[in-house]
Amino acid sequence: MYKAKFYMYQGTIGFLLALIAAMMVFPILYVLAVSFTDASVYVPGKFYIWPEKWSLEAYKYLLTGGSFLYALKASLFITLVGTPLALLISSTMGYMISKSYLPGRQMILLLILFTLLFNPGMIPNYLLIFKLGLINSWWAVIIPGATNAWTLLVLKSFFQTLPSELEESAKIDGCNDIQIFYKIILPLCKAPLAAFALFFAVGYWNTYFQAVIYINDALKWPLQVILQQMVLAMNMNNSMNANVVAEMLAKNAVPPEMLKMATVVIVMIPIVAVYPFLQKYFAKGVLIGSVKS
Amino acid sequence: MQVQDTISDQLRFPMARRLTLIQNISKYKYLYLIGVPGMVFFLIFKYLPMLGIVIAFEDYSPVKGVWSSNWVGIKHFDYLFGDPKFWRILRNTLSISGLSLLILFPAPILLALMMNEVRNQIYKRFIQTLVFFPHFLSWVIVISLSYFFLSSEEGIINKLIASLNGTRISFLLQDVFIYPILMLQGLWKEVGWNIIIYLAAIAGINPTLYEAATIDGAGRLAQIRHITIPSIIPTIVILFILSLSNILEVNFEQVLLMQNAVTLHMTEVIDTYVYKIGVREGKFSYSTAVGVFKSFVGLIAVLAANRLIRRTGHEGIW
Repeated sequence: MYKAKFYMYQGTIGFLLALIAAMMVFPILYVLAVSFTDASVYVPGKFYIWPEKWSLEAYKYLLTGGSFLYALKASLFITLVGTPLALLISSTMGYMISKSYLPGRQMILLLILFTLLFNPGMIPNYLLIFKLGLINSWWAVIIPGATNAWTLLVLKSFFQTLPSELEESAKIDGCNDIQIFYKIILPLCKAPLAAFALFFAVGYWNTYFQAVIYINDALKWPLQVILQQMVLAMNMNNSMNANVVAEMLAKNAVPPEMLKMATVVIVMIPIVAVYPFLQKYFAKGVLIGSVKS
Repeated sequence: MQVQDTISDQLRFPMARRLTLIQNISKYKYLYLIGVPGMVFFLIFKYLPMLGIVIAFEDYSPVKGVWSSNWVGIKHFDYLFGDPKFWRILRNTLSISGLSLLILFPAPILLALMMNEVRNQIYKRFIQTLVFFPHFLSWVIVISLSYFFLSSEEGIINKLIASLNGTRISFLLQDVFIYPILMLQGLWKEVGWNIIIYLAAIAGINPTLYEAATIDGAGRLAQIRHITIPSIIPTIVILFILSLSNILEVNFEQVLLMQNAVTLHMTEVIDTYVYKIGVREGKFSYSTAVGVFKSFVGLIAVLAANRLIRRTGHEGIW
């Protein structure tokens, strides 16, 4: 009797959760399936979760077309250059503020905390980028995201968990703080740094609005902007320069819907690829509060 | 006085070891040097823009620059508060974030409670993997996906309706649908991610409480009601107060991407308005004033939230 009740209860909960999870996954499966379907058997409006006849047409078309490759290059540049830079700035500053004996540290901590409380808003930031001459440059997307208060605070508390004897003995051996940092501390912090690298990389890869506001040259747009132009520009009022995209969608045998979905898939692939690693870290709760998105 | 520079000495003789500024800098020069990139970053990208808010009190002209533009005091704020358009935008902002508080806030609590009931750890892990995933997708992708489903021409739902000889429904172009769609997207993207903190809180509950309850004959539901929920209430309260303090924040990219001419009167929020009049129309001073209003309200709200949390007997946020 008790057993039966237990299985009933577990079954009901399990079923409800499966439904919720299915709703999370279904749109992704659908897009994947359609993008790999052969145009000749594609029936618009049919629910697919598996292609009836496989084809890479849509992908071949995208990866040979010029503007898509430009966008891919932009996204890769922003992600691959931005992530190491962000790691460098965040870890070095995080290390500095982890030293509670450092004179002036309280002041620096307060200044960092204050940026969490008060944000001057979009326009002063925009004018700053403008004054720095970074408009139309990928650096305008990379640099402002290079670190933030949460990341620094999490890194700081991590560095503080390392035993201070490490530092003291290295000092006795004649190391200065910079040498200690990159010879002793960094090698011990591979795991959290890898986690932050992943989070920064995902953040840079997903950057959309920074690119819209700072980059006017359509050939420098990253993938997210191209995707937005392809899928949404038609019915949204914020289309800017849709020529690039119109050219992509215009002349070809592949239905535009399939092209759009293939683009969604390509933009999603890197996230899927790093997801297992991401999950490994955030499941431990190491990074709670460290990502703002 | 040639004492070895160790930390413990400083602790033992605080007065004797108080160094002058220059001595400090030379003593810790490498440590300061390590922090230089970060400090320069904060100065330029976080604090210079804060000075930039003075243009909210000027008629800023890019030619004259920040320091020599005409000072106009609170003209822009006067205009702002007299502008009926502003009040509508404020109302939209409050509606969207209020709805989020009503729907997106409790949803993860419910989901976390359900997750916690699953006894099979492999199944639990499997479900977690699936529901966490959408958090890492960009808003552009999330909105593209909704477009594939909801658009009146290409959307799969409308194609289904058409194939059943029904009339197409333009979900994206009707006032009634816009807020529910925003909420659905928010749920889809973030509900999984937001359960993490509740799962952590639930994991911290003393298991003997459950054992005692079982012996007393409490069923699973009674245990949820009398143990799990009361135990995570502090977490819920803190997160709720924090969300309250973000009442003027909406998911900017989401709302911007969902805007169209038809539903704009419901989806224009403070951030999107600032973007349009500032960056697109070049009204730098006025748009900065709108932004400053929002930041100021945000600052007061966070400070109030912190006091409130302390008053509930918890450690504040800082």
